[in-house]
Amino acid sequence: MLDFSLNGRKQTVDVDGEMPLLWLIRDTIGLTGTKFGCGQALCGACTVMVNGVATRSCQTQVKDVAGAEVTTIEGVSGKVAEAVQKAWVNLDVPQCGYCHSGQIVSAVALLNDNKKPTDADIDAAMSGNLCRCSTYPRIRAAIHQASQTLEG
Amino acid sequence: MLHRTTSTFVNETPSRRGFLLGSAAVGSGLLIGFVSPKATLAGEVPLVPLKPVAPFSAYLKIGADNSVTVYSGQFDMGQGSYNGVATLLAEELGCDWSGIKVVGAASNVPAYGNLTQGGALQITGGSTSMATSFDRYRVAGATAREMLKQAAAEAWKVAASEIKVEKGVLSHASGKSAPFGEFAAKAAALAPPANVKLKDPKDWTLIGNDTLKRFDSTEKTNGTQDYTIDVKLPGMLTAVPIHPPLFGATVKSFDAGKAKAIKGVVDVVPMGRGLAVVADHMWSALKAREQVSVVWDDSKADKRSSPDLVSEYRDLAKKPGAAVARNDGDVEAALKSAVKVVEATFEFPYLAHAALEPLNAVARMNDNGTLEIWGGHQLPDIYQAVAAQIAGITPDKVIMHVMKTGGGFGRRAVMDADIIAEVVATAKALNFKAPVKMQWTREDDMRGGRYRPMYVHAMKAGLDKDGKIIAWKDTIVGQSIIGDTILAPMLVQNGVDATSVEGSANLPYAIPNLRVDLTTTKVGATVLWWRAVGSTHTAYCAEVFMDELAEAAGKDPIDYRLSMLQAHPRHAGVLKLAAEKAGWSKPAAPGRFRGVAVAEAFNSYVAHIVEISLDKGEIKVERVVCAVDCGVPINPDIIRQQMEGGIGFGIGAVMKSQITLDKGQVVEGNFDGYDVLRINEMPAVEVHIVPSREHPSGVGEPGVAPIGPALANAVYAATRKRMRVLPFTRPENA
Ligand code: FES
Ligand code: FES
Repeated sequence: MLDFSLNGRKQTVDVDGEMPLLWLIRDTIGLTGTKFGCGQALCGACTVMVNGVATRSCQTQVKDVAGAEVTTIEGVSGKVAEAVQKAWVNLDVPQCGYCHSGQIVSAVALLNDNKKPTDADIDAAMSGNLCRCSTYPRIRAAIHQASQTLEG
Repeated sequence: MLHRTTSTFVNETPSRRGFLLGSAAVGSGLLIGFVSPKATLAGEVPLVPLKPVAPFSAYLKIGADNSVTVYSGQFDMGQGSYNGVATLLAEELGCDWSGIKVVGAASNVPAYGNLTQGGALQITGGSTSMATSFDRYRVAGATAREMLKQAAAEAWKVAASEIKVEKGVLSHASGKSAPFGEFAAKAAALAPPANVKLKDPKDWTLIGNDTLKRFDSTEKTNGTQDYTIDVKLPGMLTAVPIHPPLFGATVKSFDAGKAKAIKGVVDVVPMGRGLAVVADHMWSALKAREQVSVVWDDSKADKRSSPDLVSEYRDLAKKPGAAVARNDGDVEAALKSAVKVVEATFEFPYLAHAALEPLNAVARMNDNGTLEIWGGHQLPDIYQAVAAQIAGITPDKVIMHVMKTGGGFGRRAVMDADIIAEVVATAKALNFKAPVKMQWTREDDMRGGRYRPMYVHAMKAGLDKDGKIIAWKDTIVGQSIIGDTILAPMLVQNGVDATSVEGSANLPYAIPNLRVDLTTTKVGATVLWWRAVGSTHTAYCAEVFMDELAEAAGKDPIDYRLSMLQAHPRHAGVLKLAAEKAGWSKPAAPGRFRGVAVAEAFNSYVAHIVEISLDKGEIKVERVVCAVDCGVPINPDIIRQQMEGGIGFGIGAVMKSQITLDKGQVVEGNFDGYDVLRINEMPAVEVHIVPSREHPSGVGEPGVAPIGPALANAVYAATRKRMRVLPFTRPENA
């Protein structure tokens, strides 16, 4: 038995502690917004926040989140998340969309720490999130737009 | 009910309403004997005439609540085809744009057969979504509108011609008005009128409207967009495959004892070219897979390595090709008389599509004998037939659910329906006792074959004393995409697979002596169309070589190209537009280096001007100025999206991506070995769209074709090194 919080709600699960958090969230709990892209912490599609830090859930074992607060795309909320999601829709960032749960969680984590990221800050924070559709120019623009909203 | 209409085609010259052969689409045309050898080489095939289908139920549904659902016969893997199809229909229907929902549809060939490919098969491919839908969905919208007007006219006892339609509301001067929903059911029951009149292009409000938003941005931003991986059915099991490590190997024996002892594991069953490990969810299936031991029979497997293939290909490229794809004038004689002869050999690796959603599909057999299949159905009719055959039922019992997918780039269009066959075979091996999701991992996807083929091109050209090209020879060596499919006997004409030579055999430049040879090879690794197909290598060679020849002739690379493009105004048009927007006439800024390329792919014309800088010798791609002519621009912002996407996809591939074989085994398994473009490497992109009244063509693939060579030409300007061996990271380029 293991307790943690998922999107603000307490979860008690009885699974193999070595199970990746990704599959616990997707298959056991049934929240499918978090995506599987590589399983090796190489693409960022599975990014969630663990205690506010952007984390690859495919390479995070369930036993390591005991007592932690986990936030998925379904649970991101607050001013920063709203600004990010609004900018994303405004600029029609997604193409296939498959990477964007992870992109948004990473972008929210970035803006939580740094309200006015430069292009270099964006590169550093976002280069672990692949987008095979290459929506990168719009991701960059949307992060800047969200940053402006948060300032203004 | 079928009826003819008089539609006001925006393009008055039917001969230009064609399609460059290539990509997935080729097959269907062949199935009905549609593609002539002449068409194959000329590169253009006319659309088959539209036979309109009753619009309600096939193309749209209007709810009593006024909701409009559009049924798209063109699959959406992210390229925005759903938006395009809805734009066309809504333009004529006159509904409110904001409330439209679009869903994928299948299993109705008269309604969804691809008109650029003979119409006998539903196919998304070859960037033809707008070409096949342009008339069809406008006629459907206009016909539905007339039926709504007729229904209202009967109720209001007025003439239908007096009824106005705006934003989903029918109204009459008498003061009567009603939203569509009120008459939707009545309208759907009427006989569709023939000869509906389509809007004059000058009255369009949606087609070409730059303010229209994508329908799916919200779902794709909050995690609620469902993909195949998200399909969840009561009692559903998850399967992962075990594929042979070598192409052509088969299972000799296996031991699944240890695997089956793992909690949650249901079975390990033979399936397709290997085994399926079936469990209650993904993690238990993956754990169990590690415990299965398999003895493979690799007596028939191909055990060659990439360097072996490259040297074989290079040797073959030195000889005349086994087949001739084009032969104008007398190349050998012209080469002899040339003042200057230039030669270059290019080498291209295998490439994986590596769409971010690894391949998957879901199958469920129902008590009533129907089989439901969820997946990225890019070739739904073929997938339906394959599923039916494996399940031992008739195709009409197979229900196809078309899911949006996390990318595709060609990988979801496979003639033998690989992933569909695997999921159905697995479910069948379990006696269809439960629904099954077959989910590949990244490694399964990357090592599973179906690559952009490896190619070698040997290029040779001769210049006269004025620097004019008098001879051009391109000898291509590589696997055939079509050759290993059921279509080979019909599609490969005189030994030439059109997808191997597209972009080369139809080189637009006016060169009097021009020869394109092809030698097709056989390799165990399976191959497939990969975003922009043949042009991924042919346009690269042509445009890098052209740059080299311009230099040899001492000419500006744009002027040099334009001097040979008099008969090709659309190539010339995008080249001039890109040059103007990029400020080509002025020298590049200090520390910046530029390269240019132009290509036509699938009847769309794209020119890119790439600007790079060097940071301690490292290439930094700073900016791309893109000009695109895709006929009538339907959704300008989606055109921009696809150009941005194609540019990033292409830059990543030429700079860093390769699949290599080591004694027949694929080396790269994930994004550590198979490197793709990341955000820090993406340039700024500027897209300029040519205003046009030509029949629309596509944008999903064409942006990829000229980006590699434009970048390589910029790299040459900066380093004086010609990137002839891809990817750029290969030591041969140093
Ligand atoms: S799935 Fe976790 S980083 Fe790719
Ligand atoms: S939008 Fe397709 S992978 Fe990013």
